[in-house]
Amino acid sequence: MNLLENYEELVAMILFVIGFTMLVFSKNLLKKIIGLNIMDTGVYLFLASMGYIKDALTPIVPAEGEVNPMDYINPIPSGLVLTGIVVSVSVSALTLALCVRLYKKYHTLDLDEMYMHMKKEEE
Amino acid sequence: MMKNKFSEKFSAWLSGEVDLTEKIAEEKRTEAPSRISKKEEAEETKIIRSLEKKEIKLSFKEYKVLSVVFCVILIGILTATVYFLPTFASSDVPAVNEVYEHYVAQGRDETGAVNTVAGMILDYRAFDTLGESFVLFTATCAVLILMDDKHKKPKKEMHETVNYSRDPIVKSMAAILIPLILVFGAYILVNGHLSPGGGFSGGAILGAGFILYAMVYGDEQALKVLSERKIKVVTICSLSFYCLAKSYSFFTGNEFNGVHSVISAGTPGDILSGGLIMPLNIAVGLVVCCTMYSFYMLFKRGRMN
Repeated sequence: MNLLENYEELVAMILFVIGFTMLVFSKNLLKKIIGLNIMDTGVYLFLASMGYIKDALTPIVPAEGEVNPMDYINPIPSGLVLTGIVVSVSVSALTLALCVRLYKKYHTLDLDEMYMHMKKEEE
Repeated sequence: MMKNKFSEKFSAWLSGEVDLTEKIAEEKRTEAPSRISKKEEAEETKIIRSLEKKEIKLSFKEYKVLSVVFCVILIGILTATVYFLPTFASSDVPAVNEVYEHYVAQGRDETGAVNTVAGMILDYRAFDTLGESFVLFTATCAVLILMDDKHKKPKKEMHETVNYSRDPIVKSMAAILIPLILVFGAYILVNGHLSPGGGFSGGAILGAGFILYAMVYGDEQALKVLSERKIKVVTICSLSFYCLAKSYSFFTGNEFNGVHSVISAGTPGDILSGGLIMPLNIAVGLVVCCTMYSFYMLFKRGRMN
């Protein structure tokens, strides 16, 4: 019963697992980065849905008068999502730059082929 | 028997003692002990490559099945977790506690910002945002180091980019859109404490405007407008302004040392209110804008000049 009501969290979990599996099991470095971003999206969806309160407004309060906290959604997860998005942009850019460097050296994005080239270099 | 052999091979591969290359290297040694002409050597490497690929394909059929099984198992575990979570959108969750109540009820009077999220991330938790700005700055530096190809002689433009500045449709549309995008970004930056938005979204919009400019009018023209030196100066000034401003409010926020901040929260709802929130929003926005623009330039050109 709780499962159907919590459908947003469920979707977030599925997104997270899809991204995680892609990150761990894909051999292509670019697909790994895409997986990492899908995983991030799952986390943001989870945080945003945890902060939501039914029939509540965005936390922009009127300039005057009393404020009843129960009229507004929880602003803390929104701030956390903001943090996460910025960090994920930086991480994506950094990993993509690393990918470019690796491709320039080994002319492949496949991890196993890259590993074989490294092995040959060692010999 | 066969299965046993495969699992042994798989575990050996997992633990890093790969036998995929060894076998081929052995073959190479037995087949070609003496140096032969370059042409034959090239052919040989070709054969070896194809052999390697075959081996990989064989051992990865099961790998794919295993990864799908892992995915399904993990989804099962996390679905069970979701089952025990509190009901969606109810106000009866642990996250709705006194912190939330304080931020929403007293945030406006304490910080002067109508937008509670802006008040939270730039006043109560401003050091968190400072860390984020430094993460962006560090990422720019790292990408700059990684993409740097100054040592190589500059190649001729490999992929001849189309010059859109002569295209009548693109040029006139860009001439209308770019000022609008930049003004909208500035609006979001300045109104961060009054409406949804703030430093990060406004900065991203500003960066998008500059990237569009670079796409339409060419990189050289864009680098004349927003050069490497300007980006350096703007980023460093914004970050040090943020540090100084927040150190000031950190020092004066302590009620025991008798020093009080000269910056007042102002009237909530006014454009000049919220104390330091608007200048901090602008500083963060400039850092984000420069970061986005330099990511674009670095990934496209490999350098910033």
